[in-house]
Amino acid sequence: MTEETFQPKIIGFLCNWCSYRAADLAGTARMKYEPNVRIIRVMCSGRVDPSFILKALSMGADGVMIAGCHPGECHYLEQNYKTMRRFSMLKHTLRAMGIEDERVRLQWASAAEGGVLAKAINEMVEQVRSLGPLNWSEHWSENGRIEESIGNLLQEHEEAMEVPA
Amino acid sequence: MSEKGKLALYWGASCGGCEIAVLGIDDKILQVADAFDIVFWPVAVDAKVRSIEKMEDKSIDLCLFNGAIRTSEQEYMARLLRQKSKVLVAFGSCAHEGCIPGLANMTDKEAIFQTAYHDTPSTHNPDDVRPQTETEVAEGTLTLPYFYETVKTLDQTIDVDYYLPGCPPEPERIWDALTAILTNQLPPPGTVIGETTTVCDVCPREREEKKIKEFKRTWEIIPDPDKCLLDQGIICCGIATRAGCGALCPTVGSPCIGCYGPNEGVEDFGARMMSALASVIDSDDPAEIDRIIQEGIPDPMGSFYRFSMAHGELRRVAPISGNGKPGEPA
Amino acid sequence: MSEKVGVYICHCGSNIAGMVDVEEVARWAGENLNDVAVSRDYKFMCSSLGQELIEEDIKNEGLTRVVVGACSPHLHEKTFRNACEKGGLNPYLCQMASLREQISWVSTDKDRATEKSKALISGAVERVKLHEELQPTEVPVNPNTLVVGAGIAGIQSALELADAGHHVYLVEREPSIGGHMAQFDKTFPTLDCAACILTPRMSEVGDHPNITLLSYSEVEEVTGYVGNFHARLRKKARYVNEEDCTGCGICIEKCPKKVVDDVFEAGLGYRKAIYRPFPQAVPKFPVIDTESCIYFERGTCKACEKFCPTDAIDFEQKDTYIDLDVGNIVLATGYQIFDPTKIPQYGYGRLANVFTSLEFERLCNAAGPTEGKVVLRDGVTEPESVAIVHCVGSRDKRFNPHCSAICCMSALKFGHLVMEKTGAEVYSFYIDMRPIAKGYEEFYDRLLEEGMHFIRGRVAEVTDAARKPGEEGKLIVQAEDTLIGRQRRVPVDMVILMSALEPQSDARDVALQFGISCSMKGWFTERHPKLDPVATMTDGVFIAGTCQGPKDIPDSVAQGAAAAARVQGMVTIGTVEIEPVVATIHEELCSGCRICNTLCPFNAIDYDAEKEVSVINQALCKGCGTCIAACPAQAISGAHFSNGQILAELQGLLYDVFGSNGAKAPVETPEAVPA
Repeated sequence: MTEETFQPKIIGFLCNWCSYRAADLAGTARMKYEPNVRIIRVMCSGRVDPSFILKALSMGADGVMIAGCHPGECHYLEQNYKTMRRFSMLKHTLRAMGIEDERVRLQWASAAEGGVLAKAINEMVEQVRSLGPLNWSEHWSENGRIEESIGNLLQEHEEAMEVPA
Repeated sequence: MSEKGKLALYWGASCGGCEIAVLGIDDKILQVADAFDIVFWPVAVDAKVRSIEKMEDKSIDLCLFNGAIRTSEQEYMARLLRQKSKVLVAFGSCAHEGCIPGLANMTDKEAIFQTAYHDTPSTHNPDDVRPQTETEVAEGTLTLPYFYETVKTLDQTIDVDYYLPGCPPEPERIWDALTAILTNQLPPPGTVIGETTTVCDVCPREREEKKIKEFKRTWEIIPDPDKCLLDQGIICCGIATRAGCGALCPTVGSPCIGCYGPNEGVEDFGARMMSALASVIDSDDPAEIDRIIQEGIPDPMGSFYRFSMAHGELRRVAPISGNGKPGEPA
Repeated sequence: MSEKVGVYICHCGSNIAGMVDVEEVARWAGENLNDVAVSRDYKFMCSSLGQELIEEDIKNEGLTRVVVGACSPHLHEKTFRNACEKGGLNPYLCQMASLREQISWVSTDKDRATEKSKALISGAVERVKLHEELQPTEVPVNPNTLVVGAGIAGIQSALELADAGHHVYLVEREPSIGGHMAQFDKTFPTLDCAACILTPRMSEVGDHPNITLLSYSEVEEVTGYVGNFHARLRKKARYVNEEDCTGCGICIEKCPKKVVDDVFEAGLGYRKAIYRPFPQAVPKFPVIDTESCIYFERGTCKACEKFCPTDAIDFEQKDTYIDLDVGNIVLATGYQIFDPTKIPQYGYGRLANVFTSLEFERLCNAAGPTEGKVVLRDGVTEPESVAIVHCVGSRDKRFNPHCSAICCMSALKFGHLVMEKTGAEVYSFYIDMRPIAKGYEEFYDRLLEEGMHFIRGRVAEVTDAARKPGEEGKLIVQAEDTLIGRQRRVPVDMVILMSALEPQSDARDVALQFGISCSMKGWFTERHPKLDPVATMTDGVFIAGTCQGPKDIPDSVAQGAAAAARVQGMVTIGTVEIEPVVATIHEELCSGCRICNTLCPFNAIDYDAEKEVSVINQALCKGCGTCIAACPAQAISGAHFSNGQILAELQGLLYDVFGSNGAKAPVETPEAVPA
């Protein structure tokens, strides 16, 4: 029996007007794609706060996809340009944090582009799968060394800690 | 000394500035001395950990704890003081958000030791000796605290009642906090003692609608003395930083760097700065946007997480190879 | 108080149940997710029986929240919101998970599809618990309408509305209404005289009791929202008192200063310093052009004042401001003509007898500078041969990729007029002939029969450098005739450049002012290119005519009428519902940093300088949430898309990493120091 394939958990923030509809279309057209992306509907990709992405990663997601209307086609006229700018800023910071580029992706997908979305999802799942789990919160646990060393300190102080009744 | 309260002060991973800041309340320190017995303050008062350990739980009325948690000893002291204190205040930016010590989370223990005990030009360590938590010597076993990979804030270690932000906190806010405790007018637990707005609220500079074509470093321009620094392209964190300091820095022409931490209800300071600044970049061209950001903000972590690295959503960078450079995978 | 959530998993026949173990998802949700009081699966949730299931559970089980795992919310969100409402629950307390479009229809592995379904349901449950009751607000609609631009589209709109009994403010920045159509001679394909069909409509506008005509005026500022716009207009000083002026024209006659008329006569004719653009101008009042007027230049003259029989001249007149309250706005701001000097090889401005299409319209026009005689620049010589160059600045990636839509037909019209008036040979250099509307192809056929020459090829050059006998003194038009595959040089006396239609140069500013969007070039963007062609994304602002894209007169008129019909609908109902999914700035958290001020394309965010905080006009807010994400102080919240709701959904979706309660990423729990 081979080792089980790693199934990354990816959060998708999809705008209501283009990309969520692209997902609808991928469904009605019965396009098959990997079930690893769990989608949150937002009214506009401009609603996606960089802290949502950081939160998703720190809570255990292996990757995050933001999808919105193509530049110039935003339902709210120009808000996806703000998404584009924030994404550039966020990537700049995430690179400094050592998070691989492929884990956070901005995808333009119009309501007619179910295929584009499905393909992007498959591609991203494959990329994140080859990167392996992110398991971010493990990075700040000290492999049990905290409790162990504090245990030592406690032991040292045990006698001293006895409060006379 | 019957009616006096008991006061403890302690420092973890910090620079000591907070200790001095306590004296910034000037002669009011005498009122503090009138009201409290200082039972523990290693910087100023000769007291033993043993004597704290022997105290009844919750017998200290107020503990002002400054500094982040970097070693197991600091964590032990934090737990001990929590147990013995009725009210425990995370005092200053290090305890609140990790502050400058928290920037060590840009690297890791191995890299820090490599620099400190090997790479620095003044180090002569041919055997590459590193600190050990236990060392056997003829007289027995010597111990050192365990040095963490990741700096933690105080509230990632113990329950904290109040936060007094700032690097260091302003004397007025310190006095506000002490008065609140002395007069027993305590705000709800978890309160950060400061304003609910940001530094812009008190900044005297004239603000316009924002559109940023280029980010400027402070040495690149002589800013207009009356206009908002951010409007002039200088990254000023005043937009996202809790008010309470009186906007001291921007008032004298230096951008806010965010020491008071994020506004009420905000978890990740850097995300707020990133989102706000990026949103008002005046370009729709991806290549130009990348250029404006990458050239204008060469050090995003230092710009956005200078004080809040350890408190941010991600808390640290990904594990690194030990070469001291963040972001390069092992 | 904890919520009682009802979870409903739809089989959708076998559409979902075929790929997702729906019973298992329902069982799992009921047993594992906090606050789930009822969890069921059902064959067809959208059927009336399925909906009744929800209604009954709300009534009998006291559900406070509803989650339906079925198809996309774009399909049935309304259905289940209605079901909630029937059961007595605010419709916004319902959340859907798209198990069909996002899972069963796109997956191939039942186990993994079921696992993903659990995650989506978990996300929906966590989110819906933080939903709030919301109510749409109803605002009254002011019955008056502002129509901006009084070309044929704006005129049509204004008349339709006025005839239906509604008041219209019609604003035109030029001294007269009429727009480009007033400059034309004949209209294709029927060859009616443009003035004959337009001027009656213009006077109708001038006399209509329901139309307030504000010519020589511009909109300075627009605030407010659908049903309740407030517009500030600047009425430019005419230096002629409209109350006193009878339009007799003596002032124009007596004015000693003649200047070239660059606007109406396209530079071919003259007007006086005090002038009416054309004799049938509406309104009839003349205007003084201060840049040419001798009095404004040197301080003496005042001939017009001296001769005016009613003392209507007022040199002291100043711009005045007019404030209007209107419920709806129709923008019909038209187009401008591409400047052909940008294509130097066509010689316009260098070679005298190269004309623009607009210049040619004036030449043909009986009321124009040559009284309708088609002559060369010298004003006397009739051309013996004329070339018409199509697609000048259109269908050209360097300038405008679009087709200007009207030039083929105009070119045919010009060909007919040239032949009729001069008997000259006419050569049309075209890329494709596009006579696409009713009667247009027939007109093309007619010109073929009349003997107009058609050469298929984009013109490379117009030059006066003769190379061959017969070319001397002529303009030589060189093009590759792509039908015969050869270069051709055609010597002619006159060249007409069919200049592209372009958006007005200030179209982007106008779009910004009215909070609508435009294409990169500046054409205003309609709400839907097919199904909603005259509405915009800003409720209450409609577009008509060529400001939306190149089109001919019939289409412009149709759009003008369509926009009027849309406005009438709003006015007749009298109120408009405003979606409650909007953002709010919390004053106590806002520091007035002004980051958000430029972010709203709908101008919903204003800065209150007195309070030093930013404020959102909720009637203008479309709920995109961009400002919420940008606020550095997190002082903005969004109804129905709050940070809390989105983060709760995120936690729920990651239930299998951190548990359905989604506790914050674990802090190592400190054990108490042993006492």
